[in-house]
Amino acid sequence: MAITESNTLPRTNNGQRKVWFERIPASYWVVGIALLIMPAFASDFTLYQVFGWTFILGMISLSLMFLGGYGGMVSLVQMSIAGLAGYMVAIFGDSAITDISMGWPWYIAIPLALIVAMLFGTIVGSLAVRTEGIYTIMITLAVAAAFFYFARQNYIIFNGFSGFNGVLPPELFGVDWRQSKPFYYLTLFWAAVAYFSVLYVSRAPFGLALQGVRDNPRRMAALGYSVNAHRIAAYAFAALIAGTGGILLTWQSAQISPGTAGIGPAIDILVIAVIGGMRRPAGPFIGAFIYVLLKTFAIDVLLSVGLSGERFQLLIGLGFLAIVFFSPDGLLGLWDRWQEFRKRDPLLDRGEGPL
Amino acid sequence: MRNFASRHPGWSIVILLVVAALIWSIFAIWPKGLVDVIGRKKVFLNALFNGITLGGLYFLVASGFTLIFGLMRNVNLAHGSLYLLGGYIGYFVASSTGYWLLAFPVAFVLVAAVGILMQIFIFRRMEGQDLRQTLVTIGISIVMADLMLWGFGGDFYNITPPSWLSGPMETLLVTGVKRSSGDLIYLKYPVVRVVIFLASVVIGIAMWLILNRTQIGMMIRAGVDDRDMLSATGARIQLVFVGVFAFGAGLAGIAGVVGGTFQSVAPGEDIRFLLASLVVVIVGGMGSITGAALGALLIGLAEQFGSVYFPTYAVVLTFLIMVLVLAFRPQGLMGRS
Repeated sequence: MAITESNTLPRTNNGQRKVWFERIPASYWVVGIALLIMPAFASDFTLYQVFGWTFILGMISLSLMFLGGYGGMVSLVQMSIAGLAGYMVAIFGDSAITDISMGWPWYIAIPLALIVAMLFGTIVGSLAVRTEGIYTIMITLAVAAAFFYFARQNYIIFNGFSGFNGVLPPELFGVDWRQSKPFYYLTLFWAAVAYFSVLYVSRAPFGLALQGVRDNPRRMAALGYSVNAHRIAAYAFAALIAGTGGILLTWQSAQISPGTAGIGPAIDILVIAVIGGMRRPAGPFIGAFIYVLLKTFAIDVLLSVGLSGERFQLLIGLGFLAIVFFSPDGLLGLWDRWQEFRKRDPLLDRGEGPL
Repeated sequence: MRNFASRHPGWSIVILLVVAALIWSIFAIWPKGLVDVIGRKKVFLNALFNGITLGGLYFLVASGFTLIFGLMRNVNLAHGSLYLLGGYIGYFVASSTGYWLLAFPVAFVLVAAVGILMQIFIFRRMEGQDLRQTLVTIGISIVMADLMLWGFGGDFYNITPPSWLSGPMETLLVTGVKRSSGDLIYLKYPVVRVVIFLASVVIGIAMWLILNRTQIGMMIRAGVDDRDMLSATGARIQLVFVGVFAFGAGLAGIAGVVGGTFQSVAPGEDIRFLLASLVVVIVGGMGSITGAALGALLIGLAEQFGSVYFPTYAVVLTFLIMVLVLAFRPQGLMGRS
């Protein structure tokens, strides 16, 4: 599904190599600068609720996109991994449930949480890679459900139905990271790190081999690549991204409960990735932005057309259906097709180029 | 059967021992030592029967799911929504006409009609694209769940069985001895559950017969093995697809009525039964009816025994079974690799 760009370095017209800032596409400059100066004019609510949430959901969804787009494995367990990381931060670090929380400092609690999340992702991955295609969806969905029920029933570690509240980010550098502006930059930073690391991995030898495994596992096995090892490593890497997203999600709402990682949210993550498009890492963020906008403002829209605000799920479901029906590659796929359509010669009805 | 015994002598002995222990524990009067360890026999027998009847219900849901998957490679994640729709239809038919039995054909026909519409207007257009079909079924289940919540509200509905089916039934199984008089105490069990379980057994056997003894069944089995070859031989495969989808959906509708009588019809049940049928077919093996029966029985028993003997982790137990099966036999107990 995903396309890797050619490796030749772009050159200017007179054959000289471009300077580094010329090699970055213009759209990156525009989006990057817009995101960086956003706090100057956006309201606190927009920064914290809309953009913070978009970046977080985008990261968790990005981990699914990495597995689905580059590895050909659609995993519904990413939200559970995120939830587990959030739980671990609450358990190892500080929360209002002092009986369970160990209160360890952040520089132990956070890495430990990420390691646990990665372990969980790797175990689920090694179970899921025994199956192919649609089976993977079923098995990961079942694992996600199992995690949800386990977390809801277990009172010793996961504190059962109510989960943990009062999970706050550490006050590093004397900044309260739950203020809207610091939180915006925190999530933006980690989302950017996740985005570029996925981009980097997709072009690194590991990512290329993974895409080879996606396209033809038998041929890759014949070439001497271990198919399962690549897939499991992909799960581990995706779990790291999902775990980071999960910790930020826990800080954003200052709580974590089984409902955060339920079956509904697990499917929402898939919906986000599909709406945005599973071909490129930008897709999940676009999907997350639309999802968050809908979730935040759908009530007003629905009320204005005379429906009650509870019909949000209907709106999401219908939008999702329309996207899957008309553009399986999501909104990015629509964009690509529009670009192709623009390049097309209206008289010859074919693309540009020497033909 | 004999093949199995000669190929796996060790496993056969283990299975025989388990069956013998089970038969003994059902028919014998338990000695006091055993009661002290695992509780009263009545509790055990109730859990056993509840597990078996719940397995019957799971079989009804999962057999349609596995049939659709086996033939069309379509993981119908909207199957739970069809179940719930059947439950609501059954409730309104039964409560407005007063005939409980009428609920079954009506739910079957209406839900099957929904299935036909889904197959003709949606899945036929994206044949062979497994992933896209699955995504579409997720979308459908989201939309249907919200439409049903809109239409029927968040209330719990209970379908009441007719008077000749309500109340307990005396069985011949002894649960214990009265201390005062020395009389035997017999187990009482709800009639409706027994009847529904027998009905699901009958449906299961009928399905097996149709699949293995008729022309249509032959076509379906051929389609499961090689869809392209079947259509190349001139079979009208689209008709078979529509028929199987309608039948599978209709079974889910019937199961909805059964579930509404056993338990209740409410939002959220769709996901519960979708997950149950997922686990059942993963354990039993994809596309296999006998596998679905075996898996349903196993999961039903695990759920009921779990809720009696380790109540906190009953749900987790079923998933543990799934993980174990996946780890040692990824194609499922009855699946072909």
